Amino acid sequence: MKHLTNLKLKVWRQDGPDVVGKFETHIVESVSDEASFLEMLDQLNERLIGENKDAIVFDHDCREGICGTCSLMINGRAHGPQRATTTCQLHMRTFSSGDEIVIEPWRAAAFPIIKDLMVDRSSFDRIVESGGFITALTGGAPDANLIPVPKPVSDAAMDSAACIGCGACVAACPNGAANLFTGAKIAHLNVLPQGQAERFKRAEAMVNAMDEQFGSCTNHGECSAACPKEISLDVIALMNSDFRKSKSKNRKQLSRG
Amino acid sequence: MHRLAQVSVDIIDQMVAQGVPFAREYGGMLDNRSFGGAQVSRTFYARGQTGQQLLLGAYQQLSRQIGLGGVRLFNRTELVDVVVVDGRCSGIVVRDLLTGEITSHAAHAVVMATGGYGNVFYLSTNAMNCNVTAAWRAHRRGAMFANPCYTQIHPTCIPQSDESQSKLTLMSESLRNDGRIWVPKNADDTRPADQIPEGERDYYLERLYPSYGNLAPRDISSRAAKRLVDKGHGVGPLKNGVNLDFSAAIDRLGRDVVQERYGNLFQMYERIAGEDPYSTPMRIYPATHYTMGGLWVDYELATTIPGLYAAGEANFSDHGANRLGASALMQGLADGYFVLPYTIGNELAPMLNKNIPTTDHPAFVQAETEARERFNAYLNVSGTRSPDWFHRELGKIIWDYCGMERTQQGLEKALSELPALYSEFKKDLRVTGTGESVNQTLEKAGRVDDFFQLGMLMCRDALDREESCGAHFRSEYQTGDGEALRDDKNFCHVSAYNWTGDPMAAELNKEKLEFETAHLATRSYK
Repeated sequence: MKHLTNLKLKVWRQDGPDVVGKFETHIVESVSDEASFLEMLDQLNERLIGENKDAIVFDHDCREGICGTCSLMINGRAHGPQRATTTCQLHMRTFSSGDEIVIEPWRAAAFPIIKDLMVDRSSFDRIVESGGFITALTGGAPDANLIPVPKPVSDAAMDSAACIGCGACVAACPNGAANLFTGAKIAHLNVLPQGQAERFKRAEAMVNAMDEQFGSCTNHGECSAACPKEISLDVIALMNSDFRKSKSKNRKQLSRG
Repeated sequence: MHRLAQVSVDIIDQMVAQGVPFAREYGGMLDNRSFGGAQVSRTFYARGQTGQQLLLGAYQQLSRQIGLGGVRLFNRTELVDVVVVDGRCSGIVVRDLLTGEITSHAAHAVVMATGGYGNVFYLSTNAMNCNVTAAWRAHRRGAMFANPCYTQIHPTCIPQSDESQSKLTLMSESLRNDGRIWVPKNADDTRPADQIPEGERDYYLERLYPSYGNLAPRDISSRAAKRLVDKGHGVGPLKNGVNLDFSAAIDRLGRDVVQERYGNLFQMYERIAGEDPYSTPMRIYPATHYTMGGLWVDYELATTIPGLYAAGEANFSDHGANRLGASALMQGLADGYFVLPYTIGNELAPMLNKNIPTTDHPAFVQAETEARERFNAYLNVSGTRSPDWFHRELGKIIWDYCGMERTQQGLEKALSELPALYSEFKKDLRVTGTGESVNQTLEKAGRVDDFFQLGMLMCRDALDREESCGAHFRSEYQTGDGEALRDDKNFCHVSAYNWTGDPMAAELNKEKLEFETAHLATRSYK
């Protein structure tokens, strides 16, 4: 176990949504390279409490990369420098002694800052509430093997379902667009046989809910590069295709000419 | 258990209909695999993240209800008390974590699905925000708390790497399907794993439990690992783990198959430990994972407070003294989807058109005042130690004396140290900031307070249960070859505790266990 010394942290502090924020500089004199990035912040917070100061507020929960709660821009990159890694999985061995590390919250109009590094991501919930589900009331579901699901199809659904809804895609996007998130949620259900009945209704409703809150996609691909679950840009293509088709398939009077 | 077995058949059908992408065979049928404590492949799975996918499935259904206006969700809100009026649960008091505001909700019935209390150990595989507060506050208002000492230690977690560690990461138990667990036979062997010849490795689970081998149940695998590490056979820089080796599986199945089965877990391990499990064996060590104890409930999942229900890990039912792989997901889904919707109606039906106490009832007002005073008190101690510091010290005591192996002497020591530390907590706590905006230090203080009280009850229960049973292993009660020795004559009962105002003096009620169809026996995993 080695130690990193003399890290200079520039941390965003902001008391509330409508207050002006600022960077605060803290020196971390020594931290184990085995510590995770959030454990480094824990230690800094312990020190701040020791100095009778307010601890830095940040979101975190599972600390193993599966819940999607942690969310930090580290040196301008969502979840930091390591590919396919959430902030909580990032370890200090990725950094070197003497590094300056800039820590900011997710930057997006649709994710207002709550305090310090904590943001409100309920705009994502509203996209899912608009159609990110299969209507299947409890009880009376048919035998799961009644509808065979080809392995490549279930694998493709799983690839999209791996999305943890952390919001890194939005934070990384220069437009603050949520196309990768929405695309992943749509693709998960729209490729499965069980999701076909509501396929086009779902695509239309979710894209509309997304457009109301987020910026527009201009195919930069920053989202996929920042995604800790490496969700492919393909999901955006599928979403766009289903959304376009929905415009004819969802017309209420289609059968009546 | 009978009902759980019955309704569990519907769970997979329901979840598949909702779009959970369970793994499929090439013919399109659902795929199965084996799990700890099972000799047949009977567990449905979604890569190495079945639990996460089931959670997302349930979240989507909840979101649908929110979108339809049937459910209102209060994000970032924490329960701080339960209100009982005339012996009935009449609602809850909550704290808004963003504004610190304390408010109440009145209700005909309350369901707690608030999870387990594994974080009493400080280091566990539970998420950081898991806590016992909701269940504990219900206990303090009259709900019995059952079998608190039954805590499961999961064998496959990444070992602690340093003092500052904040949590332990679970590596899915499915890894034991293909991974072989071993330690060097020579305790002083410091060679890298791949340079230790086959003959100098001790595949101890395969040696001790030939029929189950690496899939021996969690408690047995955990204790076996602890004994070898305690004897100095541990591997890794701190000699605090055992090897979980995939080289045989990679030789047999090919790297591609192993990657398809466990790719995301291998990646997770690589991120945290900084080693590549395709070429170096994983290092694993047991960690607290699940708590079988919890609020006492009857067959309808009702607690001892009428109108208050507990579901999933928050209750004590179904798992007894130990739990086998995948059954927590099964219980959580069964309780929520197939049990409560039917049982809670029996409680609600007679209350149709009846008025219930509103939130201006004196009981609500008093509970709110008490909650406000409690949180102000944490802010006003102005001592020197943070809530995290106390939590870590509490966790050390519980892990050392009420962890994988317990002794009378150790538990008595814990029961003398805990009240001392708790009174220090009350005198020397320091919470900075205010109670009027997000204050994670203050949230933590409230949770640690409740963990202290629970910790005392856990140790008391463990001391009282003079037998080894499932995950509760008392060193004094073991067979000649180190297996758990039950005492069915004196301890074939559920221990359910009543709050008396002092967790050290909780009142014990014994619910006798009766076995009508399946009779008591000792299962052998050898």
